[in-house]
Amino acid sequence: MHELSIAENIVGTVTESLAAYPGARVVEVRLRIGVLAAVIEDSLQFCWGITTQGTTLEATKLAVTTVPLVVHCARCGEDTELEGVQSFRCPRCGEPATELRQGRELEVEAIEIEEAG
Amino acid sequence: MTTRIVELRQGILKKNDELAAELRGRFAAAGVLVLNLVSSPGTGKTAMLELTLRELRARGAQAAALVGDLETDNDARRLKASGAPVRQINTHGICHLDAEMIGKHLDGWDEVAGEKGAPLRGLDYLFIENVGNLVCPSSYDLGERIRVVLLSVTEGEDKPLKYPGLFNSADAAVITKIDLAAACGFDRTLALGNINEIRPGIRVFETSAKTGAGMEEWLGYLAEARSGRA
Repeated sequence: MHELSIAENIVGTVTESLAAYPGARVVEVRLRIGVLAAVIEDSLQFCWGITTQGTTLEATKLAVTTVPLVVHCARCGEDTELEGVQSFRCPRCGEPATELRQGRELEVEAIEIEEAG
Repeated sequence: MTTRIVELRQGILKKNDELAAELRGRFAAAGVLVLNLVSSPGTGKTAMLELTLRELRARGAQAAALVGDLETDNDARRLKASGAPVRQINTHGICHLDAEMIGKHLDGWDEVAGEKGAPLRGLDYLFIENVGNLVCPSSYDLGERIRVVLLSVTEGEDKPLKYPGLFNSADAAVITKIDLAAACGFDRTLALGNINEIRPGIRVFETSAKTGAGMEEWLGYLAEARSGRA
């Protein structure tokens, strides 16, 4: 249950970047979260609500894009998306895959802001 | 009112990652090999570490440990019996260690490990025993060079499949309590297969802190890793 600290880190990131846009209000925060990032969206949404309550970010929507797992195969040289997270093998040739291209993301992709004028 | 999208593309744990990178630099400069031990509660991290610290000291190596728990300093007291410098980190409810906690607990450690102003100097190994948890520690880089996941024979062979995020992030795996394998009906082939399915090619050590089984291989791996050969 580290979604609370994740939510606090998102508030920090968003607040810092808002310094460049005085008076702006954040409408939406867009996240990219990999399937291996160990973050439960429901739990994160709940913690986001608690963390932002009574702050300028209250009622800001948290939009989460789930990033699938993509492995690079050393044998066939291809990057392929895996359907699950139960077997780390190249779906084309069956070679064990030790290199992840994506699936661990934990990032604020963008914010949608509303500015006066 | 006008709305617009501001691209940020920023890691949520950026601060932790930056601190961890700093720590990694400090560890490398001091020539200390740092390992982060992760597992569920009750796997036997502390028992394994007790024996490891004792054996390393018996062989003339300098090893220290930072040990994380929500509450109590029980583990630190156990580990100190090995004679190694040990510090307890109490997270008071937080389910993982982070880089800031590691940095804070290295400060002012001169009196117990290393020299004044250089708490890591003279150390060969620093073990960080994480909070018992197979989920959250996977996202937090502590500046370690090697992440070791531990799995006991009493836990079930499918742990790697249930917690792929953590098992996939490990550099080595240690199976503990193999003295209980027969009593638990532990399916060794299945467990090794599952580990390899989630983290192909990873080094696996089958150990018992009670009988000392597997310790030679484990200590050999540590020495290789320290000299940069693993």
